[in-house]
Amino acid sequence: MCSRSPDMMVSRAAITAVAALGLLSAACGPARAATTAHELRVCADPNNLPFSNQAQQGFENKIAEVVARDLDAKLTYVWWAQRRGFVRNSLNQDKCDVLIGVPSSFEMVRTTVPYYRSTYVFVTRDDKHLKVASFDDPRLRKLRIGVQLIGDDATNTPPAHALSNRNIITNVRGYSVYGDYRQPNPPARLIDAVARGDVDVGVAWGPLAGYFAKRESVPLNVTPVSPQIDLPFLPFVFDISMGVRRGNDVLRDQLNAIIERRRGEIDRILQDYGVPRIDVGRAGPAS
Amino acid sequence: MARTRAVLPALKIGFTGSLLLGALAAACSRSKPADEVAQTPGRPAMTSVAGRSNGGAIASEAEDGQWVRPAKNYASTRFSGLNEITTANVQNLHLAWTFETGVLRGQEAAPLIVNNTMYIVTPFPNYLYALDLTKPGAPMKWVYKPGPIAAAQGVACCDVVNRGASYADGKIVYNTLDNQTVAVDAASGKEIWRTKVGEINLGESMTMAPLIVKNKVIVGNSGGEFGIRGWLTALDLGTGKLVWRAYHTGPDADVKIGARFKPFYADDRKPDLGVKTWPGETWKVGGAGVWGWISYDPQLNLIYYGSANPGPWNPEQRPGDNKWSSTLFARDPDNGEAVWAYQMSPHDLHDYDGVNENILLDIPVNGQTRKVLIHPDRNGYLYTIDRTNGEVLSADPFGYINTSSGVDLKTGRIKYIDEKEPKMGSVIRNACPASPGAKDWQPSAFSPVTGLIYIPHQNLCQDVESVEANYIAGTPFVGMNVKMTPGPGGNRGFLDAWDPVARKLVWRIPENFPVWSGALVTAGNVTFYGTMEGWFKAVDAQTGKELWKFKTGSGIIGQPVSYRGPDNKQYIAILSGVGGWSGAVVAGNIDPRDSSAALGFVNAMNDLPNVTNKGGTLYVFSLP
Repeated sequence: MCSRSPDMMVSRAAITAVAALGLLSAACGPARAATTAHELRVCADPNNLPFSNQAQQGFENKIAEVVARDLDAKLTYVWWAQRRGFVRNSLNQDKCDVLIGVPSSFEMVRTTVPYYRSTYVFVTRDDKHLKVASFDDPRLRKLRIGVQLIGDDATNTPPAHALSNRNIITNVRGYSVYGDYRQPNPPARLIDAVARGDVDVGVAWGPLAGYFAKRESVPLNVTPVSPQIDLPFLPFVFDISMGVRRGNDVLRDQLNAIIERRRGEIDRILQDYGVPRIDVGRAGPAS
Repeated sequence: MARTRAVLPALKIGFTGSLLLGALAAACSRSKPADEVAQTPGRPAMTSVAGRSNGGAIASEAEDGQWVRPAKNYASTRFSGLNEITTANVQNLHLAWTFETGVLRGQEAAPLIVNNTMYIVTPFPNYLYALDLTKPGAPMKWVYKPGPIAAAQGVACCDVVNRGASYADGKIVYNTLDNQTVAVDAASGKEIWRTKVGEINLGESMTMAPLIVKNKVIVGNSGGEFGIRGWLTALDLGTGKLVWRAYHTGPDADVKIGARFKPFYADDRKPDLGVKTWPGETWKVGGAGVWGWISYDPQLNLIYYGSANPGPWNPEQRPGDNKWSSTLFARDPDNGEAVWAYQMSPHDLHDYDGVNENILLDIPVNGQTRKVLIHPDRNGYLYTIDRTNGEVLSADPFGYINTSSGVDLKTGRIKYIDEKEPKMGSVIRNACPASPGAKDWQPSAFSPVTGLIYIPHQNLCQDVESVEANYIAGTPFVGMNVKMTPGPGGNRGFLDAWDPVARKLVWRIPENFPVWSGALVTAGNVTFYGTMEGWFKAVDAQTGKELWKFKTGSGIIGQPVSYRGPDNKQYIAILSGVGGWSGAVVAGNIDPRDSSAALGFVNAMNDLPNVTNKGGTLYVFSLP
C-alpha cells in the first residue's frame, strides 16, 4: 500500500475516498523533512484572490510560506494564469515544483494528502432573506441565478450542470471564471453581481465566496449547497491537496509530512480567509 | 483500399466561360503568362473560379510560379500549375535546402513565395522570416518579431499555432496570438501598421491566416471555450483601420444581416435568430469564432467562410439552434453584408466547428453546371452547396459517422442521433467522428486536371464520461473525461481522393496517425502531403500510388506549397514540426499517461512520442 507507483494514487472517481489517503500515508511513515532544498518554486496565478496573486496576498501564498519555512527553502514564484494549459506549461515544464491547491484526485499531477475540504455554496444578500440551501428549492425556478462557467469542451462547473439537469436554464446567467483578466481577481465578478443585485442567487466555489462575501458593501449569506453529490456523479464537495510532478515522490512525501506537522497553521490561514470547511474538526462554514 | 480511379463521368456541359476576371488576372499575373497551367482540353467542364480564359480551357488564377495566398488562389484549390515535377520523375526529388525556424511548436503555416522571397510565419512568438531564394541555400533576408505579450500563451485558449500569412501590395499580413493584425513591408521587413483587433484578456486569440480581398484584410477570432463572441473583421490594407465587423451571434444588425440576406432555408429567414436561438443572454458569450479559411469569388464578389462551435455552455445549457455557430456565411467583402448563411451543425453537440476550407468549383450537378462550394465539415459530411444562394445540393459522408444519420436536403437540417448526445452524468461510447471531426482545419486540394479533391483527414471516435476532477482558476469541478480512439479499421487517418461530380471516393490511403497536414496537388499530377511520423509523401494524383517519400525531422502538420525558383525550377516546400491539437502530446510535453489530456486527444495519440519529436524546420525539394 506504500507503493511509489505513479498511478497508485490516481483515483479517478474516488473523490470522497481521497480523505482516506491521509491515514494511509501516515501509516507508511512520513519522510522526514531533513531536506536540502534551497528553493521552493511555486507556480501560481498572479491575479486570483483569495487563492494567490502577485503581491502574495492569497491564502495559497501564505500556505506556501509555511511550507517554505518548514523546508528552510527560499520561496520563489512562477506566475501563470490558471487556465487550460496551466499545468502543462508550468509544473510539467519543470518551471516549478509545486502547485499549492489542486483537487485531490487531479490526474495531471501527483497529489498530497488533502489539507482541506470545501464545497460549492449559495450566496445571497442577507436583506433578501432567501436562505437557499438546496438545488431542489422550487424558488430556483424563478430567481435570477448566477453560476460560474468553465467552458472547456463538454465541461462546466457542477452547479451549472445541477441547474440544467433540473431544467433551470433561462433564468441562469453564466459568469466565466476567466472573466476579464485586466480586472483584479476576475472570478469574483459573480460575488459582485450578487451584492449589486444583478442576480438573486450566486452559486460559487466556497473559498471564493467566503472571502469576497466579507468584502462586499452589503452583508451576504454563504450557505453550503445540498445535496453534496447529485446522482449519479456530480459532486459539489472537493478535497484539496498540493500537487507535484508525477514521479517527484520525495517532495510529495515531504509535503505530506509538512501538512501533518503544520496543520494548525494551515487551518488558521484558511479560517482567516473565510474558507468554508466541511471536513470534521476544522473551522466551520463561514457565516 | 487504394483503387484505381474510374473514368470521369462524361461531362455534358462545357464551361460557359463566364469567369473571365480581367482585373483579378491583371493583378495576379505578375510575371509570366499562364503557360504552365495544365488543363486537359477534353475536360474543360470542371474548374475552379477566379480563373481566366486560356485558349478555351479554363485555368486557375494565372500561374505565376508564386504562392501569395494561404490557399494559393481565391478558389482555395491549393493547385499548382507547375509541371516540371511529374509522376514520371518525382522519384528523383531531392532535398534542395532547409531552414530552421528555432520555434519548436506545431508548424501549421503555408510558406508564401513572392518576388523570389519566401516568407514563413512561426507559432508563438509569431516570427516572420524572409528567405532570399536568389542566393544559394536561401539565406535569411530579415526576421520580423512582433513581440506578442508572453502572457498570451497562458491566457489564450488552445494552442499557439499560426496558420500563415497573405501577401498583397508589397505587404505581408498576418495575425499574432494576442490579436494583432500586422502588415510588414515585404522588401524590408519593417512594420507598416499593426492593429489590435481583439482582447486576449477576454479570452480572444488569433491563429488563422488572413485573406486579402481588394483593399481589405479579412481576419477572425478564436476562443469559443472562453466565452468570446465570434466575429469576422475587415481592415483597410493601406492603413490597418477597421472597416467593418460582423458578429456571429446577436441581433441581425450586429451579424450584418439586412435586406440582401436571402438564406436558402426558411428556418434561417426569421429576424434576430442570433438572439432568439439562445436562452437568455447567452448569445453574448456564444463563441462561433473564425479560425479557419476564407475563399473568394471575384465574379459574385462574395467571400465564404465558416464559423466555429458555440460555447462556453454545454449543449443542454443552451437549448436552441445557437445561430450562427457552425455556420457557412457568404458575405460581401466591401461592407460585410451577409448574402446567405447555412448552419451545418445547429445546436452543436460534439464540438463540430464549421471552419474548414471551402473550395469554389463550377461543376455539373444533375446535368447543369452549378457554381458550388465544396466543404468537408468536421461533422463528417462533404457538402456541395450552390454558392450563389446557399442551397445544399448534396451532403455525403466522407468519414465514418454515427452521431447523425444524414442531412435532410429539403430543410437543410442534419439528423442527429440522440443516443450519442453527450450529457453530464451519462456515458457515451464510441461517438464518431470525435470532437476534431472527420476532418479538422487541415486543408484539401483540388486538381482541375484529375477533377479530384484530395482530403487529408482523421478517423477517430470518442468515449465521453463524466468523472475526472479538474480545476481552473482555483475552481474545482468534475469534467467530462473524453477519450479518443481510432475509428473503424484501426488506423487514425486517411488521405482521400474524392470525385465531386460522381460524389464518391476514388482512392484512399490509410495512415497510422491522423493526416493533420494540408494537401497540395500539381499540374504534374502529383499529390503531396505529410504524416505525423514525419514522412513527406508524393503520390500519383490519379491512382494514389506512392511515388516518393522523405523522412523529415519531426511530424508534419504543415501545408505543402509549390513554386518556381529564380532558376526556373519547380520547388516543393513543407514545414516539419509536430504539434497542434493532435500533436500536443509531443509539442506540449504531455505525459502520454494523461489519457484525457488535450481534451482526450492524447488517448488516441499516446504512441506518437515513440516515433517523433518536436521540430520546426522547413524542407525544400527539387529535381536534380
